[in-house]
Amino acid sequence: MPGLGTRLGRGGATTTLMELANSDCIVVMGSNMAENHPVGFRFVMKAKTRGATIIHVDPRFSRTSAMADYFVPIRAGSDLVFLGALVSYVLEREAYFKEYVLAYTNAAAIVSDEFEDTEDLDGLFSGFDPGRGTYTTDSWQYAGSESGEGAPEHHGQDAQSMGHRQGGSRPNDLSTDPTLQHPRCVFQILKRHYRRYTPEMVEEACGVPKEQFLRIAETIVDNSGRERTTAFAYAVAWTQHTTGTQIISCCAILQLLLGNIGRPGGGIMALRGHATIQGSTDIPTLYNLLPGYLPMPSVQDGHRDLASYLEGVVTPAGGWFNAPKYMVSLLKAWYGEGAQPANDFGFQYLPKLAGDFSFQPMLLAMKDGRMRGLFCMGQNPAVGAQNARLVRQGLARLDWLVVRDIFETETAAFWKDAPEVLDGSIAPSEIGTEVFLLPAAVTPEKDGSYTNTMRLVQYHDKAVDPPGDARSEAHFVYHLGRRLRELYADSTLDRDRPIQALTWEYPTHGPLAEPDVEAILAEINGWTVGDRRPVRSYQDLRDDGSTACGCWIYSGIRPEPGRNRARERQAGPSASEGAYLGWGYSWPNNVRVLYNRASADPEGRPWSERKRYVWWSDDEQRWTGLDTPDFPPTKAPGYQPAADATGLDGHSGAQPFLMLAEGLGRLFVPKGLKDGPLPTHYEPFESPVSNPLYGQQVNPAAIGHARADNAYHAVADARYPHVLTTYRLTEHHTAGAMSRWVPWLAELQPEGFAEIGTELAASLGIDNGDYVVISTARGAIETRALVTDRIAPLTVGGRRLHQVGMPWHYGYSGLARGAVANDLTTLVEDPDSFIHEAKALTCALRPGRLFDDVTPMRPLSRARERGRGGEG
Amino acid sequence: MTPGPKRLGFLTDATLCIGCKACEVACKQWNQLPMDGLELTANSYDNTKDLGASTWRHVAFVERFDGARPSFDQPPFQSGWLMLSDVCKHCVRAGCMEACPTGAIIRTEFDTVVIQQDVCNGCGYCVPACPFGVPDLSMFDGKAHKCTLCYDRLTDGLEPACAKSCPTDSIQFGEVPRLMERARNRIEELRRLGVSGARIYGDDELGGTGGIGGLNAFFVLTDEPEVYNLPANPKLPQDETLPGLLSTLGAAVLLGVGLIFSFRKR
Repeated sequence: MPGLGTRLGRGGATTTLMELANSDCIVVMGSNMAENHPVGFRFVMKAKTRGATIIHVDPRFSRTSAMADYFVPIRAGSDLVFLGALVSYVLEREAYFKEYVLAYTNAAAIVSDEFEDTEDLDGLFSGFDPGRGTYTTDSWQYAGSESGEGAPEHHGQDAQSMGHRQGGSRPNDLSTDPTLQHPRCVFQILKRHYRRYTPEMVEEACGVPKEQFLRIAETIVDNSGRERTTAFAYAVAWTQHTTGTQIISCCAILQLLLGNIGRPGGGIMALRGHATIQGSTDIPTLYNLLPGYLPMPSVQDGHRDLASYLEGVVTPAGGWFNAPKYMVSLLKAWYGEGAQPANDFGFQYLPKLAGDFSFQPMLLAMKDGRMRGLFCMGQNPAVGAQNARLVRQGLARLDWLVVRDIFETETAAFWKDAPEVLDGSIAPSEIGTEVFLLPAAVTPEKDGSYTNTMRLVQYHDKAVDPPGDARSEAHFVYHLGRRLRELYADSTLDRDRPIQALTWEYPTHGPLAEPDVEAILAEINGWTVGDRRPVRSYQDLRDDGSTACGCWIYSGIRPEPGRNRARERQAGPSASEGAYLGWGYSWPNNVRVLYNRASADPEGRPWSERKRYVWWSDDEQRWTGLDTPDFPPTKAPGYQPAADATGLDGHSGAQPFLMLAEGLGRLFVPKGLKDGPLPTHYEPFESPVSNPLYGQQVNPAAIGHARADNAYHAVADARYPHVLTTYRLTEHHTAGAMSRWVPWLAELQPEGFAEIGTELAASLGIDNGDYVVISTARGAIETRALVTDRIAPLTVGGRRLHQVGMPWHYGYSGLARGAVANDLTTLVEDPDSFIHEAKALTCALRPGRLFDDVTPMRPLSRARERGRGGEG
Repeated sequence: MTPGPKRLGFLTDATLCIGCKACEVACKQWNQLPMDGLELTANSYDNTKDLGASTWRHVAFVERFDGARPSFDQPPFQSGWLMLSDVCKHCVRAGCMEACPTGAIIRTEFDTVVIQQDVCNGCGYCVPACPFGVPDLSMFDGKAHKCTLCYDRLTDGLEPACAKSCPTDSIQFGEVPRLMERARNRIEELRRLGVSGARIYGDDELGGTGGIGGLNAFFVLTDEPEVYNLPANPKLPQDETLPGLLSTLGAAVLLGVGLIFSFRKR
């Protein structure tokens, strides 16, 4: 989550779902929260019944819109114009929270005179290399520190999610203008950057009438300040764009200006796409991260040894000053006795990145025959990955494929049931892939935990044994590792040392030799190496090899043997009412609302009685309140750092953003983002209109994969006149393995469909329920039409624009079936997060069937038979 | 007909429903009901269509934009897309129970109406006797089925599965008088906010269901019941039999008299 990480310091939701109940206004944008987070939406409904205003900005009128006070239909892919115009509105009308902005953000900091804005360069910032399609960031630095850091090159694999590696300016090193008048201070740069993001521009680019925009802006401003707070909730409809990181960034800027970060009922609720996606970046399944948001070592960044690696991670002030403690403790946890000062604590055992191995390049490598095998665990890329036809062609080129899942997913069945097999384009006999389908256990069949959308870790116990050969992930991974270690035990080759050195001694129990996940949790929490006593928090970690810790941000989750704080279920003791500190465990240090030092004024007093949350107690000489203070507990508000102070001591007692070197929320990001220090509107890779703001059409740093099997549509291509957006429904879960095979869920949304506006349907002669064909340069699919007034046409750039919506859950296996929506989407990446763009592309639409002279699609007819218990 | 110590029921508040269908799934899971089928109705997001032998909670989706675009400024707790989780009303005067010839349908100690599966003979008399179309004969066992208000859960002190699963408290479970008080407060609140059409459906005083003495499962609506596919003035068919019987008798008399006269002429 680099959008939040680079601006605020940590890549996680800044608030909790429960805290939304205390909001005065909730803006749901880039999310269909009622449908995709219905349980969390409970707290939006609580706020609403308490009188809060709910706003939903979305291309479609969904179940979320039905609960909103204001519904704003918007063109998919134009969110940044809308948000930028809100920023501009707040700045031009001086509606920002002045004391907050001055004290807690870098608004007053002065930026290098070499910096040139998109206003000067027609959509590019200074430092762009058109040949490589990347930026160098020297000119984005604060005045006086332009050459100080040697600006590491960006190769697409350093991790910005937690704010490290992003410039080394301590707050004391910044030159500032507290009057905010200096032409090169961040505040003035911001103002100029968004000057043309006007209500009129919103009308032209987003299709949102000016009056509607102004009403929304007024409502947000009226519900922000000392006495009131506004929260934003977003989900993957902001991330799945080539500008996704910057859309979220822009929201962070707006919330900083309005003083809504770190305060009760405020914040940015990042709604994650699956049950434990937050957990899967905290202890990552990502190629470029180590646990706790430490970046993966990289050849291109010159990480020859531990010292050169840490040089790129450590910041002189702020939380990342302590990175050596986290890294050395991680190496001790992984390599135990094999990690000693003499061998750099086993740093050389870690693989080093030498390129972009993120998801989409991996799919292309598979298609091009550069990858021989693939493990798919809890993932169904034949449905869920973009340009899914290309993906299935890639699966067909593998030597072997292991699918661990609870049903025979489309990925496991691609070689016999995929559309291209059924239509005769490829015969199963021509596919050489050896497919292994291994049955997996579901949640009630295993011990473990979820880290949910608000960084809350909740443990669950096994209720029943998994059936038959089904096993937990922990079982599979542990025993795979154990067997690999046995295979390599006698090797004398250096290259096999990393496997031999690995600590892999977890106790097992039961007839299936299930590993004890509490033992894994103990390693994650960390211990002192000598006596294996658990550390109580990450502040106990050392960089001399005397502590081991599997993930420093989770330290404290198991503070003593036998106590697992993720199991705790104290509903709401009066002492912590509002924060629910006794329910589960939230990283870091059980803090619920991040940066909550900002809920008090610089002197440490609540901004208002109504919005008191965490404050300085003169009597106790420490921070106190409803939540765990996200701040050194006894650092007084008046503390001023000495000139040579480092780490958290380098920040004053009034600088709440403790993971950032400056200690301040960043309205301007000098380093850490690949596509600019300020969010800028670029059109989606496929757009029906030209960029109304700049000559630069698309994000110049976006990573495209233009090739014959992944072709993109030209701007305003008349063959693909409509906007296509894909999304999910309450009734199904992602690519469907957990819902489309379950009869009770399958019957609720039994077949794929596309939502088509009444006017567009009438103009094409499409009736409700008819078959339609949707096509892009990647492929064509047929599906059923759900004709509805809920997806109305917009007037954009002076023309009537229709949007077509399609849930992407469906595939050719299971009970509930339908065409694969991702057969239409493209491989293209946001440069910061490597996430694709499935929320805004263009398409063609016609009534009828894909093959007009054939009998009904086999998947559908077979699904019906299976529904009656026929073919089975 | 003697109410037990407690009158238990549901308050289903349409203004809080987000249409997630958790109630449908929780009901089917707890009661182990089969799926109905896999037909895409293309009727908004409603694919289970109505209450039946294997669907005891049913979420209706009503799109009433009438060709216009959804409005920007929406009345409080009200939009052009209505959702409501329908359920057996557990009527104070239950038509199904009155029609049941075998005594299979009983009123429980919780004042709920339950079909005893071991007694039901599948005659189906209850089916047309219900003005709401709730009981239905199963294709699998031929017997009548409907919501039991989770009788088995109630006896264990648990709330019904649907109410337990509802994330927004659109479905509330409890003692009917207390729920009714809550519903009245809610109506007042909604009217204060300007929702003039707010009403209780199933109150013995308000709404259109006085004819059957009120419902133990009642609803907060913001518009006419017909909008939600609920009958405006539900009546028990057995109450309609007297005029039918009298007119039949009258017709018989007239016919008889006519017959007599026609014979005389000959």
